[in-house]
Amino acid sequence: LTDALCGEGKEIRMDESFSSLLSVERVNDGIHVVKLLANQAVDELPLLKMEEGLLALVDAGARRIVVDFSDVDHFSSSGLGMLLNIKKYLEDKKGALRLCHIKPDILKVFKITRLSEVFSIHKTAKGALASFDE
Amino acid sequence: MVDIDFSKLDFCSIEIRNDLQLAREQIVRPILARIADLGYCSQDQFAIRLALEEAISNAYRHGNKCEPDRSITARWAIDNTCAVIYVSDGGSGFNPACVPDPRSAENREKPSGRGIMLMKAYMTEMHFNKQGNELCLIKIRKAKPPKF
Repeated sequence: LTDALCGEGKEIRMDESFSSLLSVERVNDGIHVVKLLANQAVDELPLLKMEEGLLALVDAGARRIVVDFSDVDHFSSSGLGMLLNIKKYLEDKKGALRLCHIKPDILKVFKITRLSEVFSIHKTAKGALASFDE
Repeated sequence: MVDIDFSKLDFCSIEIRNDLQLAREQIVRPILARIADLGYCSQDQFAIRLALEEAISNAYRHGNKCEPDRSITARWAIDNTCAVIYVSDGGSGFNPACVPDPRSAENREKPSGRGIMLMKAYMTEMHFNKQGNELCLIKIRKAKPPKF
C-alpha cells in the first residue's frame, strides 16, 4: 500500500492510487499530517480507499496523525465511521488522532452526533500538533 | 407534522438498479441541481444533501443488502417553499424504533448507526412508511424566496 515505510527519519511516499484522496506530510517525531483531498467525502469507494491509506500509514509506523479537513466541504456518517475505525486502530497501537480545519457545517455534524466529544478537534494544524505534547 | 398540500406538488420519479454511482447520477445530482437553481441557502443545500446521501446509502446497504438485482425508487417534488423526497428500497423493511441512539455512551464510538439520527436532525420532518422500506424527507426552506 505504501511503497516506503514512514518510521522515524524516513520519507513517506503514498502509493499513487491514494494520491487523489490523501496527501501525507511527515512533520517530525513521527507525526504526520494527512490532508483529505476529496472535497465530497461521502462516496463509499473513496472513503474505503481513504481508510485503506490511513490504515497503511499506521501499519507503516505512524502513531500520531493529524487529519486536515481544509479541502472537505461535505461529509457523511460513512466518513464518521471511517474516522472512528482509524482512531481505534491507532489507539490500539498506543497512537493518537487529531482533527483540524473542519468547516462549520461539518463541525456541526460532529456536534450533533456527539463525536465532538470523542475526537480531539482543533482549529488549526498547529494547534493539533501542539496538543500531542499536552 | 408539517403543513404541506401534497396534492399540489409535482413529483418526479425514477427507479434504478441498486447502484450507488447510478443513484448519485440519477437521483442526488438532479435534486441538488434543483435546489441550487431555486436558490436554497447553503445550509439547506448541505442539509438536503446530507440526508439524501444517508437515505440512498441506507437503501443500498441495509434495505437492498448491496444486491445489484434490487432497485431503489425515488420521488421528489421541490419548489420555492419546500423539498419533499421519498426513497424506497426493495428490502423487507425494518422498525426504525429499534435502532439504538448512536449518541449514547455505549454506542458513541461504534462506526455505524448514525444515518437515521442525522436525517432527523437535518430535515424538518422525516418518517418511514409502516413497513420501513420507504423514507420520506421533508425540508421546509429556511428563507422565503425573493419577491420581484
